[in-house]
Amino acid sequence: MKILVGIKRVVDYNVRIRVLSDGSGVDTDGVKMSVNPFDEIALEEALRIRDAGNAEEVIVVSAGGDECQQQLRTGLAMGADRAIQIQTSADLQPLSTARAFLKIIEREDPGLVLLGKQAIDDDNSQTAQMLAALWDRPQATFASKLELDGQSATVTREVDAGLETIEVDLPAVISVDLRLNEPRFVKLPDIMKAKRKPLDVIPLEELGVAAEGNLEVGHYAPPPQREKGIMVEDAAQLVEELKNRGLI
Amino acid sequence: MSRILIIAEHDGQSLNVSTAKCVTCAQAIGGDIDIAVFGKGIEAIAAEAAALESVASVIAVDAEHLAAPLAANWAAEALALADGYSHLLGPSTTQGKDLMPRIAALLGVNQISDIMAVNTANSFKRPIYAGNAIIDVEVPNGAVVVATVRIASWSAAASSGSGSVDVRAADSEAVAHTRYIGLKSGGGERPDLQSAQRVVAGGRGVGSEENFKIIYSLADKLGAGVGASRAAVDAGYVPNDMQVGQTGKIIAPDLYMAFGISGAIQHVTGIKDAGTIVAVNKDSEAPIFEIADIGLAGDLFTVIPELEKLLA
Repeated sequence: MKILVGIKRVVDYNVRIRVLSDGSGVDTDGVKMSVNPFDEIALEEALRIRDAGNAEEVIVVSAGGDECQQQLRTGLAMGADRAIQIQTSADLQPLSTARAFLKIIEREDPGLVLLGKQAIDDDNSQTAQMLAALWDRPQATFASKLELDGQSATVTREVDAGLETIEVDLPAVISVDLRLNEPRFVKLPDIMKAKRKPLDVIPLEELGVAAEGNLEVGHYAPPPQREKGIMVEDAAQLVEELKNRGLI
Repeated sequence: MSRILIIAEHDGQSLNVSTAKCVTCAQAIGGDIDIAVFGKGIEAIAAEAAALESVASVIAVDAEHLAAPLAANWAAEALALADGYSHLLGPSTTQGKDLMPRIAALLGVNQISDIMAVNTANSFKRPIYAGNAIIDVEVPNGAVVVATVRIASWSAAASSGSGSVDVRAADSEAVAHTRYIGLKSGGGERPDLQSAQRVVAGGRGVGSEENFKIIYSLADKLGAGVGASRAAVDAGYVPNDMQVGQTGKIIAPDLYMAFGISGAIQHVTGIKDAGTIVAVNKDSEAPIFEIADIGLAGDLFTVIPELEKLLA
């Protein structure tokens, strides 16, 4: 079985985002870029499945400009066998990404597709669900536990009401949540090794997928700020203050 | 004029409050508002939905295969109802987030995630970068809008309406490839974290699972829900579903009381819309004090018992 893992290049999670003063976007100039943290968890899971003997090959896929090859190389250094860049200068909306991934699926015929539950830049949380819909296959989103059992997988999902368990036939699309695993650190020799692993570049046009999405993104604004509050000295003052505000 | 269909969320017993919040968002869009309720034995839930202010009609699809909220089944049924609607809305809960993109893809459109404000019937505000930027997103005229509604941004519609209820059989068939096994709920008798008016939360400063009793005790005194920071969840003090923050739940209670929570950005993202934020922390330099409306630099193990005495 092959496992396909989606990887997105995003602004590193430690970077404090600043909206440009003209409202045209966020400042990404000279900002550190990384693999979307949820995608790292997806890749880690894929590697563990392979290393346990339940898959032969792990392929990392990313859609973007040539700069996303950096993140694909990180994926290869973590242990993926090969990489595919869906080459486009456009900032793809989730439906286009899902359509492009589906084309890769048709070429590669994976038994499992693992994606992060959301990218930490646009916070959409859509690509996995859309891919499953277009592929007409099961989806298991927000996975915190994954057990493979031959032709199916039992997935524990982190839902608002607790932990939900579902069983899906393979192939399936699974989006992973934070607590599925702890991704490994990349070691220097692995980075060197990753340079020699295959990385295919496929232009988006070659897949026959349109780059344009149907949503128009307009103005960017910083979030409203909360006003500075007050400090109280002790529990009595706190209760007094809560009473004054009609909160207790 | 807009025709809006909201996919209801429920647990098989009663309607989730997130649906009433979607109705408020739909009111802001303007137009006819219908609600679809999928499930098995859902008359009472459909009646609850029909009572929401300004809901015209409730379409209750009663079928065995819709009893569990499996996205593949629900999306197929929603697709069968979608014709003629300009907007399809669901809450931005884990259930809505699982379902709505699947519907959008079947309709061949992108979805708008987390509507926090309505500009026009086809232009909306939504947060990106964990709420650190707000963008306007527009759908071209004539295209169907499929969206999730950020529930922390909307109040619940009142239950003073009188819509009609139409119970019907399913148009879709059960998918064979996905099977529901079960739900292990973490919560007990306390108010649901996402709909509670008051929330008491603990962080790493609480120190242990055992010590968390002090948080539960205060919460019970206040009739509050209980939350936790990611640090407290990762340390194993409390289960995952209590986590508040960017990677957990985004909540907007009237009163949020944070004990022993330092205020990492990822946590603050989850509480920004709270009415009043109270922070108690030993470290007077903790970042939580920058966003707290009322701060108290002190030891939670001293402060909480005092609070309980004063509240008795």
